[in-house]
Amino acid sequence: MLKRTPLFEAHQKLAARLVEFGGWEMPVHYTSIMEEHRVVRTAAGIFDICHMGEVSITGAGASSFLNQVLTNDIAKLRVGEGQYSLMCNPAGGVIDDLYVYKLGVQEYLLIINASRIDADVPWLLQEAQRDIGAGVLVTNQSETLGAIAIQGPTVEKFIDQCVDTFDRAPSSLLKNQITRGEFAGQPVYLARTGYTGEDGFELVGAASIMTDLWQRALQVGLVHGLKPAGLGARDTLRTEVCYPLYGHELDEKRTPIEAGLGFFVSLDKGPFNGREILAMQKLQGAPQRCVAFKMIEKSPPPRPHYRVWFDGQPVGEVVSGTLSPSLNLGIGMAYVPTTVAQPGSRIEIEIRGQRFAAEVVKKPIYRKAS
Amino acid sequence: MSNIPSDLRYAKSHEWVRVAGDHATVGITDHAQHELTDVVFVELPQVHRIVKAGEACAVVESVKTASDIYSPVSGQIVEINAALSNNPGLVNTDPFGDGWFYKIKLSDAAEPEAMLAAEAYGKQVQG
Repeated sequence: MLKRTPLFEAHQKLAARLVEFGGWEMPVHYTSIMEEHRVVRTAAGIFDICHMGEVSITGAGASSFLNQVLTNDIAKLRVGEGQYSLMCNPAGGVIDDLYVYKLGVQEYLLIINASRIDADVPWLLQEAQRDIGAGVLVTNQSETLGAIAIQGPTVEKFIDQCVDTFDRAPSSLLKNQITRGEFAGQPVYLARTGYTGEDGFELVGAASIMTDLWQRALQVGLVHGLKPAGLGARDTLRTEVCYPLYGHELDEKRTPIEAGLGFFVSLDKGPFNGREILAMQKLQGAPQRCVAFKMIEKSPPPRPHYRVWFDGQPVGEVVSGTLSPSLNLGIGMAYVPTTVAQPGSRIEIEIRGQRFAAEVVKKPIYRKAS
Repeated sequence: MSNIPSDLRYAKSHEWVRVAGDHATVGITDHAQHELTDVVFVELPQVHRIVKAGEACAVVESVKTASDIYSPVSGQIVEINAALSNNPGLVNTDPFGDGWFYKIKLSDAAEPEAMLAAEAYGKQVQG
């Protein structure tokens, strides 16, 4: 039995095409992926992300605990700020990638992948049993909390009207800042972040208010071009800007360095899970690297698991691939040997037995004209 | 509601054929293009290829997926729709017209007769 979010009925009313995603029945699109992608790049789209997990980490030991289970430096955060981080195992493999928000001096909120809740929560609970977990309370709130993402260039114009009150105007937040608001008498956190490469916000609150919050946003966003957008567009949007998706670019055998996420690994903050291997890879380089690529001849769209060739040899595998709606050409990400990873490297993608020319490019593949 | 012209024959797998003498034109239905959504790439068979009814002979790709297209009839491919190479969206905008896939010389003129008529196909799509 697939799990359904509190917004399931709202999706049905909007005639969404529903598909299975990580055990959840989720909208892949309402009109079409191309159309919803365009709406997010030019106006705004609203996404149901209630399937994502929320875990709070509280107590006197919360900061030091998180700094030992996550790769980024939590000490950089002030109250009201968040950061992207990775949770690694001792071998440096990625258990999950996540956002961590500092809600109070001793209070943090982690936003984790839906497909990883069942891996992350036991891991965090187990780590909290060690000495590093003294004075730490780990609470899985994934069942009781829901979340909505509103993304696109017009979002700033209506985000403040999506809730009844707020501590700071959401529209005044800087990237990665978070504020507390209220909607229907219930607390809602609004964070200026997202997964599309556009300006945007993620709203986290009680599952019970999600339907009304969704309706409110659609109402106040209507004149600013806000439309519902599904997971299909979410995937093409994030691929264009090379954000990793767990299970594609990331898994327990890949390190953040191999994934090209070394920026989010802070080696000078003291000990943390995976530090030895990540330090070595930062210094000596990893054998493989996750690169972005573009097709440079007419070809079918690249897709996950297609083989990558270099100099007549199979050298790797595509992990994400799609037609880029913004660029109208095939794009993707692939793991290749570090020797092949420089932008400009000519590679080939094997599609149904035939090889098509592609080129390694700098990340992100798509950048907003500014 | 999807459009189902009454002068065509249909396969359960959502291809249509338009018969003219011993030749037929093949494409995918309005219902199929609607289900696939934005068609971004179409891979067509080689001209002169001999195909059997039910054989996968083309691939239609949307943003999300690649789907095989099965030839609804047997014969030899005599022409492919070159326009789809630069404009695969024709499959969405005109599935029964400019969005056709290929023309085939039938090896068994009885095959199209055994396919679904519009009404029967319409029932399948609704059900």
